[in-house]
Amino acid sequence: MLRRTSTRAARKTDMAPLSRRRTGYLLILPTAVWLGLFFIIPFYSLLASSLFDPTGSVLTGYQMTWHFKNYVDVLVAYWPIMLKSLGYAGLATLFCLVLGYVLAYAIAFKAGRWKNVMLVLVIAPFFTSFLLRTLSWKLILADHGWVVNAMKHVWLLPPDGKILFTPISVIAGLTYNFLPFMILPLYASLEKIDTRLHEASSDLYANSFKTFFKVTWPLSLPGVVAGTLLTFIPASGDYINAQLLGSTNEHMIGNVIQDLFTTTGDYAHAAALSVILMAIIITMVLFYIRRAGTEELL
Amino acid sequence: MSSMASEASRDLQLTALHKEYPNGFVAVKSLDLVIPAGSFFALLGPSGCGKTTTLRMVAGLEEPTAGTIMIGKQDITHDKPYRRPVNTVFQNYALFPHLSISENVAFGLKRRGQKETSQQVKEMLELTELSEQAQKRPAQLSGGQQQRVALARALINRPEVLLLDEPLGALDLKLRRAMQIELKQIQNEVGITFVHVTHDQEEAMTMADTVAVMNQGRIEQMGAPADLYENPATTFVANFLGQSNLIRGTIVGKEGDVVKVNMQGTVVSIPAGRSHATSGDGWVGIRPEKVLIAPHGEPIDAPGNHMSGVVIDSSFMGVSTQYLIKMSWGQEMMCHEQNTGRRGVIPPGTAVDVSWRPEFAFLLDAAQDVDAGREED
Amino acid sequence: MKIRRWFGKNGVMLLGILVIVYMYIPNVIVALMSFNDSSKNPRLYSFQAFTLDNWLHPCAPDGLCQSVVVSIKIAIVATVVATILGTLAAFGLVRHRFTGRGPMNLVLFLPMATPEIVMGSSLLALFIAGGLGGKLGFWTILIAHVMFCLSFVVVTVKSRLAGLDSNLEQAAMDLYATEAQTFRRITFPLVFPGILGAALLSFSLSFDDFIITNLNAGQTVTFPMYVWGASQRNLPMQVNVIGTVMFIIALAVVIIGEMGAMRRRRMLAAR
Repeated sequence: MLRRTSTRAARKTDMAPLSRRRTGYLLILPTAVWLGLFFIIPFYSLLASSLFDPTGSVLTGYQMTWHFKNYVDVLVAYWPIMLKSLGYAGLATLFCLVLGYVLAYAIAFKAGRWKNVMLVLVIAPFFTSFLLRTLSWKLILADHGWVVNAMKHVWLLPPDGKILFTPISVIAGLTYNFLPFMILPLYASLEKIDTRLHEASSDLYANSFKTFFKVTWPLSLPGVVAGTLLTFIPASGDYINAQLLGSTNEHMIGNVIQDLFTTTGDYAHAAALSVILMAIIITMVLFYIRRAGTEELL
Repeated sequence: MSSMASEASRDLQLTALHKEYPNGFVAVKSLDLVIPAGSFFALLGPSGCGKTTTLRMVAGLEEPTAGTIMIGKQDITHDKPYRRPVNTVFQNYALFPHLSISENVAFGLKRRGQKETSQQVKEMLELTELSEQAQKRPAQLSGGQQQRVALARALINRPEVLLLDEPLGALDLKLRRAMQIELKQIQNEVGITFVHVTHDQEEAMTMADTVAVMNQGRIEQMGAPADLYENPATTFVANFLGQSNLIRGTIVGKEGDVVKVNMQGTVVSIPAGRSHATSGDGWVGIRPEKVLIAPHGEPIDAPGNHMSGVVIDSSFMGVSTQYLIKMSWGQEMMCHEQNTGRRGVIPPGTAVDVSWRPEFAFLLDAAQDVDAGREED
Repeated sequence: MKIRRWFGKNGVMLLGILVIVYMYIPNVIVALMSFNDSSKNPRLYSFQAFTLDNWLHPCAPDGLCQSVVVSIKIAIVATVVATILGTLAAFGLVRHRFTGRGPMNLVLFLPMATPEIVMGSSLLALFIAGGLGGKLGFWTILIAHVMFCLSFVVVTVKSRLAGLDSNLEQAAMDLYATEAQTFRRITFPLVFPGILGAALLSFSLSFDDFIITNLNAGQTVTFPMYVWGASQRNLPMQVNVIGTVMFIIALAVVIIGEMGAMRRRRMLAAR
């Protein structure tokens, strides 16, 4: 018999007196200022830069000329690469989801007292420089390395096949690097599921597959959403994997932006490209969140 | 120890205590209450009646909107919790998980500047039978042990008032009964004012000297448990404490020291001191255990008129048999008869006579809700 | 048939372990390569010969150890600043009610969801616009690092703080502890593991950051930047030594922490 009534709710909505509110503002002030100055405002700088006259440079300075044509230039020149990047990131996210879900599920439901050990194992590789780890893949997937040789042996690869410097290696690299970002939110979500729901489901005649699709998967959706976002977004802007594991054919939008900024010094076009990337991501995220129906991500 | 609390001037006094939330909800409505020093006082009521809010205001964990709280002549209404001679035993114990049991118990003493606490801690742990657990962490203890730690932690500070917020709620039945007895004994020994908040009416009646029944921010009735039970003043109290049969009737008049009521065709008498309505309609109340039942035609040991009905349910409960009787006017009455063995169980379908001794009946105002305080099904 | 049943029961766990093994393969390679003698063919990143030389002379390559020192310095300062600011903000968001909490939470979430290239380039754009184009270096890197660590610190501490039973602080005040004493003896010790975790996370995020750092570093060289630059030419195997050492230290820290937690859990179980 439930006796919970409105008193509890009333107590929780008790508005804090004025001094508490002021303390609240003070406490978040430094962080808010830091992020405001170094995250929010830079976006405006970026937007402004994207409208600079592209003929400027670090030496000659930049002119703000509301040069909207930058966007057109950039879209025309780079839309194939943009699509390719989103594609690579999407595939990598998908693979991360599959692999990550398996591991997260194993840790949440099958690990018992090894749960924390396994979580530690998931996070630990994180602590070695990711550049070094990505370079390692270069070694492992090398053209005459024993992995490729073995795959040729069992006909997984044609005799003249290679993995390195193909889209496969780039996507594999992306998958590898962002796997923890998928696993942790998935685990957090799965862990909250009451295992008695599984029992209830079998009691109601569902086999393991049905239980998974009808009970576990829907309940893990917040974790899936969080994980895919935390994976897809950084992956779409990545250039490390493409640079180390891919040829110029596999270059992603991140490579282009990086080159435009550093090698060419074409800040205007580079900024325009960045803005476009952000816009695409935000649109996809909003659409995705609305479809998946989860409002509270934090 | 008991001499300290026997000074009548250190009574806990709540005057016009009022708590209203910004969204308009009034939790405590202008409460007036005097709790004598050294007594075991129970605040009884259902969830949401304001009893916990009242307790928290006394503890200093909630700020009153209006009114005062005094201990003797000391006004503590707006004092911070750490300045009040009041300690609380929390509902979920709130033991500090990162401190040992000894450290938990010594906490209050240390905060007041006392350096040497080991002797007092040792004695208090002995009093609450926790000596073995001194160095353990709260998470290593059972529910009952944790409850005793919470009690020890509060008692060791010798507060003037000890507040207990439904402290036995999380314990199983047997343990709860044992703790009820223990708490009563401890209170007798130390003589501190205990204010015990609970929704369990049996608990309140067992432990307390005085019970106040609260409903929607107000005190419905206050007094010794027996008085409240036998002579409830409102339908809420009649239904909340135990169970009551409430039968509608019209007040005919007063005759000497009884009030006559025309109850569904039968005229019954109710002692004036047990009548809480004076004119118009009223609820005639009688507790199920006071209802006398006999198969139709057999004698009943009660003066006055008998009413007739048919048994529609009889439940054998071991100690007693509980009958549900459909009366001639359609209402179902409850009768709890002790299984003295004199007569077997009356089977359903039997026509019966029902009556009671008039000194056990009470009269309530018909304007009150007949279902107030009843347990939800 | 028995094998099928065993698979049914343990299949998921087995696959999970395989995924973990997959995650560690590069670490093994890094450790192996730290013993590689690449002197004959420095441009080829492949195992050629075994040597202990790299471990005996880890700072031989020019600029390697300096870059490590720079990275460590930045990571320490960034961690301290981000942890302090982030913890304060977490307290503000959890313990106090005021308008603007929603927007603030959003602003905190955004850096975690923005591609590094965009964050790095917009920060660069800001520095250029502010006339700091020629002065990129330690301080600009530091500013960037604190910026992206803040979100992680706030989220970590917030979740730890939100899980704290508010009754505990009320009980402390009921037992004569003033607000300051309550914070010092109850709140802070109980939140501390979250703060520590956030600090460790910040340190590793900062030490390992490349994309944002690269854009805003000017002439300063951090360890990841050194690795990047060297990998375009010939990569000295000593970087693998550094990488392996980092891994071992981090693993040791986490394992020791976990062992402590396991010991505490065993104590609790011994009722």
